[in-house]
Amino acid sequence: MNALQTKYGRDIQAILAKYPDDQKRSAVMPLLYVAQREGGHVSRQDLADIAEIIGTTPTEVASIVGFYTLYHDAPAGKNRMQVCNDLPCAMRGADAFLQGVCENLGIEVGGTTADGLVTVEAVMCLAACDNAPMFQVQDYENITYHENQTVESAVALVEKWRKAEAKNK
Amino acid sequence: MSTVKGSHILLRHRDNPALSTYEGYVKDGGFKAWKQAVTKMAPEAVVNEVFDSGLRGRGGAGFPTGLKWRFIDKNNWPHYVVVNADESEPGTFKDREIMEKNPYQFLEGVMLTAYAVNANRAYIYLRGEFWQLAAELDKQIARLRKEKHLGKKLFGKDYELELYTHLGAGAYICGEETALLESLEGKLGQPRLRPPFPPSFGLYGKPTIVNNVETLANVPLIIEKGAKWYRSFGTEKSPGTKIFSLSGRVAKPGNYELPLGTTYGELIMQHGGGILDGGKIKAIMSAGASSSLIVANDQALATPMDYESVPSLGAQLGSASIIVIDETVDLKWLVDKTVHFFKHESCGKCTPCREGTYWMQNITHRLLHGEAEQKDVDLLKDVAMNMKGKCLCALGEFATEAVVSSIERFPKDFKLKAGAKTVAGELKVTHD
Ligand SMILES: Cc1cc2nc3c(=O)[nH]c(=O)nc-3n(C[C@H](O)[C@H](O)[C@H](O)COP(=O)(O)O)c2cc1C
Ligand code: SF4
Ligand code: FES
Repeated sequence: MNALQTKYGRDIQAILAKYPDDQKRSAVMPLLYVAQREGGHVSRQDLADIAEIIGTTPTEVASIVGFYTLYHDAPAGKNRMQVCNDLPCAMRGADAFLQGVCENLGIEVGGTTADGLVTVEAVMCLAACDNAPMFQVQDYENITYHENQTVESAVALVEKWRKAEAKNK
Repeated sequence: MSTVKGSHILLRHRDNPALSTYEGYVKDGGFKAWKQAVTKMAPEAVVNEVFDSGLRGRGGAGFPTGLKWRFIDKNNWPHYVVVNADESEPGTFKDREIMEKNPYQFLEGVMLTAYAVNANRAYIYLRGEFWQLAAELDKQIARLRKEKHLGKKLFGKDYELELYTHLGAGAYICGEETALLESLEGKLGQPRLRPPFPPSFGLYGKPTIVNNVETLANVPLIIEKGAKWYRSFGTEKSPGTKIFSLSGRVAKPGNYELPLGTTYGELIMQHGGGILDGGKIKAIMSAGASSSLIVANDQALATPMDYESVPSLGAQLGSASIIVIDETVDLKWLVDKTVHFFKHESCGKCTPCREGTYWMQNITHRLLHGEAEQKDVDLLKDVAMNMKGKCLCALGEFATEAVVSSIERFPKDFKLKAGAKTVAGELKVTHD
């Protein structure tokens, strides 16, 4: 039993059960999400652990991490605020919204706030074009949609996280 | 019997929000088609009804659904059904509404499809961003197992079925059906060489039917009410309704389910409330970022949105994601956006697409930042023309559509100012 299995044994069993017994490799994507529950990114140890579970090499698993945008090989802010500024949203103010959020947080697009709570990223269409401006938040456990946003509502959300964080300390 | 008001076959939850619950769906006649199929119909009869309905794939290509099902290889087992819920085309947000608000009709469609092609397992491949949606579907699937709509020996018959969700992780190319299958197998999401096509060589090399969410959500009502009823909507060659995702510079963006053959004018000016801020319409993208730009003149606005008519405007119906562009939008800015998208999403497997999108982006950046000369416009078109017909999958082709059509059909936007420079400030880059 490797570290990932020790920690998330039941979840991993449930994932493997979704695919035919001789097709364990299909589990690589859900397993990567499990690995990201720890710190929001995939570590070298995770690559080795996942490779062992599905019977492939760590290099193969790393190539999957590199291919898809929702897997990360390096840490960033605890909440990745992923703002859609693709064409339809951009025609309804998404670029200005993105800029406004960044200015308010004092960071550039792609940057992380000093407290490590938020990374703001620009992403492609999220299938919510009728509710622009919008963003999704990818944290360690989840992805949530926030639609029909204003700079104020986005900044208020960040403030909420900051308060929750201060309470936890 | 399932209630249908107006032209809402799929967006029936707009008239009856209770459909999103199991009880509400069953109360309205839900899963009657399912029980009827498993207990009283041969799988071929289900295929025949869908074939006769004339239903065509709603994922983009418009391939006749019943015909695809007939192609499944009956000499190779097991069979799989894989649902394409990757919905990543910019401007497309219809599958999300179906799955969020009318999930049981969608799931019943998946189940009927599996029964029709003798599959005992179906996978629903959702884009990774649909994380919460997948969690809801998992609960709904668990409910269906509890109610014995899924599992072994269904209705006492010798048929079993299980449904599973599978989350992608952010890659538009995984909407291409063979890339989707690769991704589901745990590999890089890169398209396969075809033929063979999925109905003979699909998931794990086994015969597989891949269909779009919207396509399958039509199936329960086709089985319940019959092909003839279905054909009472739409046109002879494009039967049924279609969900049009309307976005961009329009007053009331959103999903509109209307009979195929409804005109662009009716959708944009009536249902969509016309142009945002009382502006003037300039162009229409008919199928998301993948489509050509249609000059929005009276003739275009009078054109029916169906599979046969849209090509007369030099475009395709595709996923029917209509992006409205008004006079405030500079097309140099627009093509920079679309090229950026395709460069980001190219899977890198073949050179013309990988390199072509890279070079196009270089030029559109120069155009956007006022560093371009007139000959760069010709160069941009040239790069695009050189990609056409040379790419392994349709993404490479899609990447060229907005570029070439904008330059050809809207020359004014690409006539650079004397001194051969555009001024970045002239470009409408933001809207608020
Ligand atoms: C680059 C690319 C992206 C695609 N994206 C999607 C998508 O997000 N959803 C979808 O259903 N079909 C998409 N398709 C079309 C699928 O390849 C396929 O035709 C479709 O899933 C078949 O289902 P249908 O017959 O029900 O339309 C895409 C095709 C290409 C080339
Ligand atoms: S055309 Fe582009 S997306 Fe399609 S296989 Fe080639 S590189 Fe990949
Ligand atoms: S363009 Fe932003 S959600 Fe579609």
